Amino acid sequence: MLEIKNLHAKIDDKEILRGINLTVKPGEIHAIMGPNGSGKSTLSSVLAGSDVFEVSEGSASFYGKDLLAMPAEDRAREGLFYSFQYPVEIPGVSMVNFMRTALNEHRKYNNLKPYTAGEFLKLMREKKNLVEIDSNLTNRSVNEGFSGGEKKKNEIFQMAMLEPRVAILDETDSGLDIDALRIVANGVNKLKSKDTATIIITHYQRLLDYIIPDFVHVLHNGRIVKSAGKELALELEEKGYDWIKKEFED
Amino acid sequence: MTQDKDQILEEVTANEYKYGFSTDIETDTIPKGISEDVVRIISAKKNEPEWMLEYRLAAFAHWKTMEQPNWAKLKIAEIDFQDIIYYAAPKQRPKLDSMDDVDPELRATFEKLGIPLNEQKALAGVASVAVDVVMDSVSVATTFKETLAEKGIIFCSFSEAVQEHPDLVKKYMGSVVPYTDNFFAALNNAVFSDGSFAYIPKGVRCPIELSTYFRINAMNTGQFERTLIVAEEDSYVSYLEGCTAPQRDENQLHAAIVEIVAMQRAEVKYSTVQNWYPGDKNGKGGVYNFVTKRALCKGDYSKVMWTQVETGSAITWKYPSCILMGDHSEGKFYSVAVTNNHQQADTGTKMIHIGKNTRSLIVSKGVSAGKSQNSYRGLVRINKRAENARNYSQCDSLLMGDKCGAHTFPYLEINNSTAVVEHEATTSKIGEDQIFYCNTRGLSTEQAVGLIVNGYVKEVLNQLPMEFAVEAQKLLQISLEGSVG
Ligand SMILES: Nc1ncnc2c1ncn2[C@@H]1O[C@H](COP(=O)(O)OP(=O)(O)O)[C@@H](O)[C@H]1O
Ligand SMILES: [Mg+2]
Repeated sequence: MLEIKNLHAKIDDKEILRGINLTVKPGEIHAIMGPNGSGKSTLSSVLAGSDVFEVSEGSASFYGKDLLAMPAEDRAREGLFYSFQYPVEIPGVSMVNFMRTALNEHRKYNNLKPYTAGEFLKLMREKKNLVEIDSNLTNRSVNEGFSGGEKKKNEIFQMAMLEPRVAILDETDSGLDIDALRIVANGVNKLKSKDTATIIITHYQRLLDYIIPDFVHVLHNGRIVKSAGKELALELEEKGYDWIKKEFED
Repeated sequence: MTQDKDQILEEVTANEYKYGFSTDIETDTIPKGISEDVVRIISAKKNEPEWMLEYRLAAFAHWKTMEQPNWAKLKIAEIDFQDIIYYAAPKQRPKLDSMDDVDPELRATFEKLGIPLNEQKALAGVASVAVDVVMDSVSVATTFKETLAEKGIIFCSFSEAVQEHPDLVKKYMGSVVPYTDNFFAALNNAVFSDGSFAYIPKGVRCPIELSTYFRINAMNTGQFERTLIVAEEDSYVSYLEGCTAPQRDENQLHAAIVEIVAMQRAEVKYSTVQNWYPGDKNGKGGVYNFVTKRALCKGDYSKVMWTQVETGSAITWKYPSCILMGDHSEGKFYSVAVTNNHQQADTGTKMIHIGKNTRSLIVSKGVSAGKSQNSYRGLVRINKRAENARNYSQCDSLLMGDKCGAHTFPYLEINNSTAVVEHEATTSKIGEDQIFYCNTRGLSTEQAVGLIVNGYVKEVLNQLPMEFAVEAQKLLQISLEGSVG
């Protein structure tokens, strides 16, 4: 379970998150929507452990542990996954090597034996089929020269490999054509279980046609200003964000 | 394979220079300092023929007329050449009939370093390397001699070659690096004590890797070894050199010479994994590594490839070079130089195109961390008669942090208009965003750096024989530990 209370974060004295409250329970899907620049990516990367931002107030606990006290790698090993809005290229590092190192780090952290090469490759094949990712992507260097859509699929593939308890998907649908969108959404749905939760950050209703959220939140100026059921997403799609902006002018 | 790479990243956790132990064995040393007498003593200790002594004395006389070079990019404390011991040898029975006669303490040392001196044991595993071990200037063991002898390959210590194969030594020694070449080459010629000699006869492919392992053990000693490799027509050999030294507060001097001669269609691969003690975090101690390495591609269609992974030494100064004399001959240079803390490296290559249709390739990858300085210095010279020469150079620098420096000095001298010479250079930094991305997948920052650096140098490591690529990868990881954070 993820519990965020009154979270404030700033960069160079500019406050970007201004008191976020959010509770995510196992089995739930939360959608976070909101205009550009409202702080969605900032919230994601602060939770994932970026040290670019300074947390000035508030708390976040993850299955009873103090999330904000952990280094980013431990947050990942505890089961938090962050799908980047802009995945990073790492030239020269093969996907296979990258994933194998990552996965075995997770296992070590949880006192499990590392996978042998055979076990790992088998798992990788399974997950590739599950998320319908091309073999030639996993044979290349991490995200190097991938198209926008390929990068996003690769994020979902990594999520499938790491089997997180909570996944934050930051605009994973942006820039995807309709087929890729379906693949990504199917992947997320297949990986979903009663023990895992997903936070989907998106601008568009269309992803939420495939992945039905339990809650929809609107983030504006660093605060969640509105929370409701899935019908809120439809309303936003129809009316845009202006009415929200007006309502919460400050 | 990738599984090895992963294992390495897990295995390596030690933060210190793990080869920094010294071995407690009796050594036979001579008093400090250099003089004509010292040169005579060294020659006498080795029971050398007159011609060898004459050669040393000529080199010494020449050295006295020379001044130590002054390099722009290296900061070097004055070296007192009278404060160095020029000869130190492990004291043991002079002649070894078999490997079992090797001093147990010495054997233990090399086992600690992962070098098996026991042929039986090596044979039981995958026997792919013949080793000549040089400790404090003296060759103490050469393995697989007989296996090689069956093919007519000579692989022995340099001193032994002087005794047993004087004609070959006389013919080729100094033919690539004359003693007049430079200050340290002259010094080496005067006082060298041992090294390795390899001779591959016509038409023979050497079936195993030949390897020399250099170790400095005694205190205050300079190590001046020399290697001579002669590859006759249509022969092939792959040769590896590894180096370690104990951790000491004072600087140790290492000034070696390597000469390679490749005849028609011969191919020589020379790989170095250099891991001399780099000094401590504050720049105290460490080995000064001033080496002259040069290959002569004498015959048409001959090929020489230098591959080096340089992670050690306080100061590294070396430019493995190729003289492309034969038509269609080919020289390649692949290099990874890693510097951390206060290390300084000034390394690169010289490709001298003399023959027609000669080709050279230079791939240099510098990684700098801490307060280190890492320079690539390379010369490509196309002589007047070198029709259709080609060179491609790629020099990349990777910086970690903002207190280190990377410098690239490509020198071009092109005297033939048919030459095609290309040079590319890049400088990059490991991005915070790359590290964060790895962190969010569960990798620590050190692991992330290890992966990224290994990815960056892969093109060079791929040129190394498998076992050594693995070793080199471990070294990279160790030498960059603590460089980020
Ligand atoms: N590294 C940064 N430096 C300065 N300002 C930043 C940085 N990252 C984000 N911001 C600012 O924080 C605000 C929120 O950005 P972001 O979280 O990316 O919004 P969203 O993802 O909702 O579009 C914006 O005003 C943006 O300009
Ligand atoms: Mg965003």
